[in-house]
Amino acid sequence: MSASVLYDAPGPKAVVRNRIYAVIGSVAILALLVVSIMRLADKGDLAGGMWDIFNYAGIRQNIADALVATLKAFGLAAVGSIVLGLVLVVGRLSDHRPIRWLATAFIELFRSIPLLITIYAIWVGFLTDYSMWALALGLSIYNGCVQAEVLRAGINSVPKGQREAAYALGLNKTQVMVSVLLPQAIRAMLPTIISQLVVTLKDTSLGYIILYPELLATARLIAANTPVDGQYPYVSTIVVIGVIYIAMCLLLSALATWIEKRGRRARTSITVAPAAQPVTPSEITAPPAAD
Amino acid sequence: MNVLLDNFPAFRDGFIGTVSITAVSSVIALVLGIVIAGFRVSPVPPLRFFGTAWVTLLRNTPLTLLFLVATFVVPEILFPGMSPFVLASLALGFYTSSFVCEAVRSGIGTVPLGQAEAARSLGMSFFQTLQMIVLPQATRTVIAPLSSIIIALTKNSAIAGAFSVTELFGWQKTLSDRGYGIAPIFLWVALGYLVITFAISGVFRLVERRMEVAR
Repeated sequence: MSASVLYDAPGPKAVVRNRIYAVIGSVAILALLVVSIMRLADKGDLAGGMWDIFNYAGIRQNIADALVATLKAFGLAAVGSIVLGLVLVVGRLSDHRPIRWLATAFIELFRSIPLLITIYAIWVGFLTDYSMWALALGLSIYNGCVQAEVLRAGINSVPKGQREAAYALGLNKTQVMVSVLLPQAIRAMLPTIISQLVVTLKDTSLGYIILYPELLATARLIAANTPVDGQYPYVSTIVVIGVIYIAMCLLLSALATWIEKRGRRARTSITVAPAAQPVTPSEITAPPAAD
Repeated sequence: MNVLLDNFPAFRDGFIGTVSITAVSSVIALVLGIVIAGFRVSPVPPLRFFGTAWVTLLRNTPLTLLFLVATFVVPEILFPGMSPFVLASLALGFYTSSFVCEAVRSGIGTVPLGQAEAARSLGMSFFQTLQMIVLPQATRTVIAPLSSIIIALTKNSAIAGAFSVTELFGWQKTLSDRGYGIAPIFLWVALGYLVITFAISGVFRLVERRMEVAR
């Protein structure tokens, strides 16, 4: 705490003042919380009946099915985005100008268009009856572009000597990329890659808009179709689904942090990137970014 | 081309809608984000805890879920009948505030400790240190990440269109419902977003250049 730029180790006066602030702050925050909860309770949103719906086997089954649907789309998108990311980064670093140009244009275009726009266009244009594939494809394209940039940053972080040594041993370009550069790049960037997967997981909720029956869509269906005493249990459903989402994302983030810590322990010339917590895609800064 | 010419007023409204929701929620996100960042670096434990909880919670929740919260929970707590635009701006602003907070916090973290120590040894008060030494240096490092956060916000605003706010995604949806080919619609919508994001990054680059200090 004393290592903060902003304040010194507090003296007796500052300690007292900080305690006063602490009390005022906690009271204010608690008051906000209590008022919100009381308002919700007044409207009957928190009544026991609203929570009882989760005791029905049917509703539990619905939520379980939706969870599976979400994880399915996420799994497809995770694999798809990483494969596409690898292809794009190889293309982007290619020696052939047309390939490099194409890969760069693809990345820049789809990175700057909202994911929802892409998903919707794919859904309406090509895969109207296969919303899961439309969702997975859209997520793969968008996140593939981001993963490609992450991998590029990773490849650039491999010390130059590695590449030179590999060429000196007589390896060809493909061998250098596949057996020297990419493994080290992936290792260095693993925390960031997983953080991006968290973003992918969160974005599966966009499936709701193209009528894919994932967690969020199901939540809304449940809330709209099981009125309790003439009132719809939106609040309780949102709380339950929210907890599920947050738990899943926190688990993935924890994995990223764990890998980051492990990576830091190993003594190599490769520095493992910090597990950026769920970053907004464009927030990833490739060290020598070309743009 | 026909798609655009036939429906130009709708497209214009959508474009303006995207710009205005981006602007309003950016302001919410910046103000909230800076306040929460202040909480997170303050010497007061409950406020720090609140800041951490805020960031963890909002970062790990899908934005679409926050839109549901805005639509169904917020009117219950505040008052019914709030416009979708206001609710969507709140959802977007709150979501983005967690990213702003982290950017600001890491910006403050990049100011070398010695700077503040030197300021203190010159006899500057806390606010003088903050105002003349720490913040000017932090601002400069925060501008680049802020620019990408605002651009991400612009892209995220597309979700608002699914919650009955007039903006570009809504235009895409309406027109494809009317049977226009999706490819030209997609191109025009994409162009609309590209214009906005280029403008934002241009403005930020300008600000960055003005604040640059030769070292």
